Amino acid sequence: MSDLLGPRDPASGAGWDDAPPRKGFFTDTSVCIGCKACEVACKEWNLVPADQAAGLSMLGSSYDNTGALGASTWRHVAFIEQPKRAGGQDLNLPLFPVGPSASDAVNRAADTAMTGDRSQLGTDTEAVDLGMPGFQLPGQRADRKDERPRTDFRWLMSSDVCKHCTHAACLDVCPTGALFRTEFGTVVVQDDICNGCGYCVPACPFGVIDRRVGDEQTRNVGIAQKCTLCYDRLGAGHTPACAQACPTESIQFGDVDELRERAAVRLATLHEAGVPEARLYGEDPEDGVGGAGAFFLLLDEPEVYGLPPDPVVTTRDLPSMWRTAATAAGALLAGAAVAFLGRRR
Amino acid sequence: MAECHPVGFQWVMEAKQRGATVIHVDPRYTRTSAVADLHVPLRAGSDIVFLGAIVNHILSTGAWFEEYVKAYTNAAVILREDFQDVDDLDGVFSGYDPETGTYDTSSWNYDGVGAQSSAGAGEEETLENSDRGAGGDSGESEQSEKQRGAGHELGGHGADMGLSGMHRDETLQHPRCVFQVLKRHYARYTPELVEQVCGVPPEQFAKVCEAVTANSGRERTTAWVYSVGWTHHTVGIQYIRGAAIIQLLLGNMGRPGGGIMALRGHASIQGSTDIPTLFNLLPGYLPMPTVDAHGTLPDYLATISSPDQKGFWTAADAYTVSLLKAWWGDAATAENDFCFDHLPRLTGDHGTYRTVMDMLEDTIEGYFVLGQNPAVGSAHGKMQRLALAHLDWLVVRDLNLIETATFWKDSPEIETGELRTEDIGTEVFFLPAATHVEKEGTFTQTHRMLQWRHKAVEPPGDCRSELQFFFELGRKIRERLAGSTLPRDRPVLDLTWDYPLDEHGEVSADAVLREINGYHLTGERAGRPLSSYTEMTADGATSGGCWIYTGVYADGVNQADRRKPGRDQHWVAPEWGWAWPANRRTLYNRASADPQGRPWSERKAYVWWDEEAGRWTGHDVPDFVADKAPSYRPEPGVGGPDGLAGDDPFVMQADGKGWLFAPTGLLDGPMPAHYEPQESPVSNPLYRQQANPTRQVFRREDNLQNPSGDEAGSEVYPYVFTTYRLTEHHTAGGMSRWLPYLAELQPEFFCEVSPELAAERGLEHLGWATITSARTAIEARVLVTDRVVPLRVGGRVIHQVGLPYHWGVGGDALVSGDAANDLFGVTLDANVHIQESKVASCDIRPGRRPTGPALLEHVDAHRRRAGVTILTGNEVRSGDPTSGGGAAAVAEVRAKEHTSDE
Repeated sequence: MSDLLGPRDPASGAGWDDAPPRKGFFTDTSVCIGCKACEVACKEWNLVPADQAAGLSMLGSSYDNTGALGASTWRHVAFIEQPKRAGGQDLNLPLFPVGPSASDAVNRAADTAMTGDRSQLGTDTEAVDLGMPGFQLPGQRADRKDERPRTDFRWLMSSDVCKHCTHAACLDVCPTGALFRTEFGTVVVQDDICNGCGYCVPACPFGVIDRRVGDEQTRNVGIAQKCTLCYDRLGAGHTPACAQACPTESIQFGDVDELRERAAVRLATLHEAGVPEARLYGEDPEDGVGGAGAFFLLLDEPEVYGLPPDPVVTTRDLPSMWRTAATAAGALLAGAAVAFLGRRR
Repeated sequence: MAECHPVGFQWVMEAKQRGATVIHVDPRYTRTSAVADLHVPLRAGSDIVFLGAIVNHILSTGAWFEEYVKAYTNAAVILREDFQDVDDLDGVFSGYDPETGTYDTSSWNYDGVGAQSSAGAGEEETLENSDRGAGGDSGESEQSEKQRGAGHELGGHGADMGLSGMHRDETLQHPRCVFQVLKRHYARYTPELVEQVCGVPPEQFAKVCEAVTANSGRERTTAWVYSVGWTHHTVGIQYIRGAAIIQLLLGNMGRPGGGIMALRGHASIQGSTDIPTLFNLLPGYLPMPTVDAHGTLPDYLATISSPDQKGFWTAADAYTVSLLKAWWGDAATAENDFCFDHLPRLTGDHGTYRTVMDMLEDTIEGYFVLGQNPAVGSAHGKMQRLALAHLDWLVVRDLNLIETATFWKDSPEIETGELRTEDIGTEVFFLPAATHVEKEGTFTQTHRMLQWRHKAVEPPGDCRSELQFFFELGRKIRERLAGSTLPRDRPVLDLTWDYPLDEHGEVSADAVLREINGYHLTGERAGRPLSSYTEMTADGATSGGCWIYTGVYADGVNQADRRKPGRDQHWVAPEWGWAWPANRRTLYNRASADPQGRPWSERKAYVWWDEEAGRWTGHDVPDFVADKAPSYRPEPGVGGPDGLAGDDPFVMQADGKGWLFAPTGLLDGPMPAHYEPQESPVSNPLYRQQANPTRQVFRREDNLQNPSGDEAGSEVYPYVFTTYRLTEHHTAGGMSRWLPYLAELQPEFFCEVSPELAAERGLEHLGWATITSARTAIEARVLVTDRVVPLRVGGRVIHQVGLPYHWGVGGDALVSGDAANDLFGVTLDANVHIQESKVASCDIRPGRRPTGPALLEHVDAHRRRAGVTILTGNEVRSGDPTSGGGAAAVAEVRAKEHTSDE
């Protein structure tokens, strides 16, 4: 419980003497090109298996077939298609046509030759929301049917990862000590100690950590798994695999203090360049998790990227809960005492 | 670029952060579009109009770089009186022969210059004497066949032009000067035409013109980047030519930050044309000799260059003899023409598509397939797979059991009943291959840079490198032939095949690179590596496997293995790898200085004339004779490098100038003119000629084509489709669909359609769609996305269907699916014989495709409704059903050459 609302320097708070500067990621999604090299490099280095929770089927969520972070996905690139303008980009979409196309002849040909078997249609059509707001599937959008011109469009990409919170609830609730705070201020699961109890899973306010599912050949099935910020590579003075593989420096690795400065500069640059929607996420030490070791520059609300808008360490209320419990227990004891005293009287 | 070259795209992102404007012109909104400043969707196959209208904009607004254009291009040269443009002849240039579908290109030449056809000087006589009318089972005349064989080769060495009689008008006012011809030619290419043909609104187009012109001139340069989206067309060469004209008019060639960059389809594709896997080239772009024109070495050399030609090709004799010495060593002597007769001679076409058709005719016994998956990656996959079943034997070397190796048991034709496993006599040998990290060697990248690659791990099990495979194959064949006295075995037995082996028994790739670099054979420097191709001699005193690579082992050092970080050297970074020729990073860089040799601007200074030292100097290796002063003027009649003046920067061209107008070398036109793709729902609005009149068509029952434009039945295939790649997969999937980490990222074949098309055809997101052409029908999951935009073309709305082509039908990969390339037929470009596989027309319907024989019936029903016959789409000259095939119209027309699924 040493981290609980404890010091801002998590490593020394955890008892490390002479800890090196806290390490983390700054993920600048404004330069992400969605290549997914981070996803693959992470799996290669950390021997993370193919994600059997997601399987080998298309999700229909733009180019994202990974879905979410999990025990077998420690980096996840989200793809968001939105009817909004990308900073500085003007697609002149209102100039392009909409609505039914082609000549009458084409439509007649279509009508007379519609012979295909339609029974298989939409057999796997889970609703997938491509951006906020709105919940219709593409092609079913109400604003298409009345032939209104398109407005704007942008395609956001963002590589998500464990936030390595300053106040990490997963670590707080772990009964075995499998989750621990490293000298770099990161949060790591030791797979040989984890007993798979799963307490950490609901404790994470971001839904990052999970227990691995898989067949008999799969490593560490049932064990809670997540990003280690490549603890082994850090120990050897190397950059984590995802940051090393990122071609556009969207994922930047370094000392958290310096990354925060870099993020502030980048944010100012984008604001000057006419991208007012740019914002930082998770960099603020005053936020609900005491600031994340892995934080982001986003181009829209966090919800759009599947991130909670105001994450709070789920163990935040534990002290007051304990206090309440203690008060209640005290009151009970006192009541009991009073009762006994009363009897004597 | 972000989609297919994400690692290289980091430099685009860096340039963008430094203020560069990034424009992405593509039918599809990709990962590149997402971060570009501007995305311009256009109809696939309409790029000549788009580029031509930029040319028109540049010329009509005066945005051209006048001093550069006047000094460094052929703008001032006067053309012949009998040259006629496409507007005069309803869509063909002068010299067109509808019988053969080819051009006599002599009227395209400069006025006053000896009439030469594009086939080149030495071949001219043979062409004149050839038996043209023979025909036989070939629908194509001898003449057109030879011209087509020659086309690609001329791309390398240009042609002797005998330039002595050339006329110029420095004021550019003469009505027949290139500048005025260009102006007239492009006058019709207006923003309105762009809107009508490409579907790009004028406002959008204006932004591109403004950005490109504002960012060009003395102080700034613009670069163009293209890939197979430009080359896999029946007019692909002319797309590149369109960009070349823009770049020359704006002064963006030979200058830092300028140029036209070809992004290659995979690692070392550049290397595989430098040291070619193409049937009609020898290393270093020397042509492959032909059986009738090249009896002797002097005959052969005379076709490459003549002593009066200008530029560096005049030393082709030294390059050729050094190559022959590298291959046949001591057996190659002056007395025996350095074993020139050991080289095979071309008797005709041996390109992939011709070879596949020959297999179907049972004239080919065996086939090696190395690092390629033609059953999935080549156009018209069914033709490929059916042909494989005709072979006696097939060797597939790959990392995985690709569909080309398993076609006999799980191809789509097994399911339809077109093939039966028990009837297939092909003996298939699958040989596992080493990956790029399991072998050493070089990659030659898109900018001609060789980078050495070390072996990281030993290949597992029986996996071997290509180098080892071919070495062993050669060794075993030589063993079998040992003692033979037959002359036909000499070429193999005389080969130098004495490569050193390393401790694992593997051939040393380093020794091969040394052999390619070349070395001195005689004199005091015997055994020492050559440092430059200028050291090569024609007397047998030097050896070298590829003249343009000479210098990669200069000073006995593997120059390709240099990895000095950029921060430790200046910005051109000459000590990272090695670029051919002569470690030059930007070709024709003499053009980065003005005619007097001064940089056009301080900001763009690159190479300049140092008056005091009397030499060219600068940041790069000057692409010019080092001490030739800007004021140098050759004596009339001087050939070779000395024939070029001190302000002729394009040193490989016969006149030293950049060609706005190509008077020779191309087979389908001296300037790009718009033609519709082989299959297009749109009619050509410029003239009646619908598609490229020189394209190579194949009138075969197994290669039927969709009707186009106004033709009856074109409404059966009303949509445009294009194919492309995704970041997550690699080409035909051999390197990605077997890997769980990549397969899970894009597990299923899908089609991308706009919400509008989805509504029109009842396609549901994540449902299935059946896509049909005259060849076959395939099924794909549906991805409805706003990234696909309908276009208004010629007054109607055109929808485009996007198909990533990574999947194939087979049983061994982790993920499989129908192959997008199965939809294409085989129609080739005339110059380089590339297949048109980036655009065609199709129908799309909701639901899964029929299976088994019902699939064939489904495809046939579409054809019947469209009235498809083997003549459909195969009239080379529009409106003339006999064109291009003569009386033998139903016989197939011969192809020439094709490249892999680059």
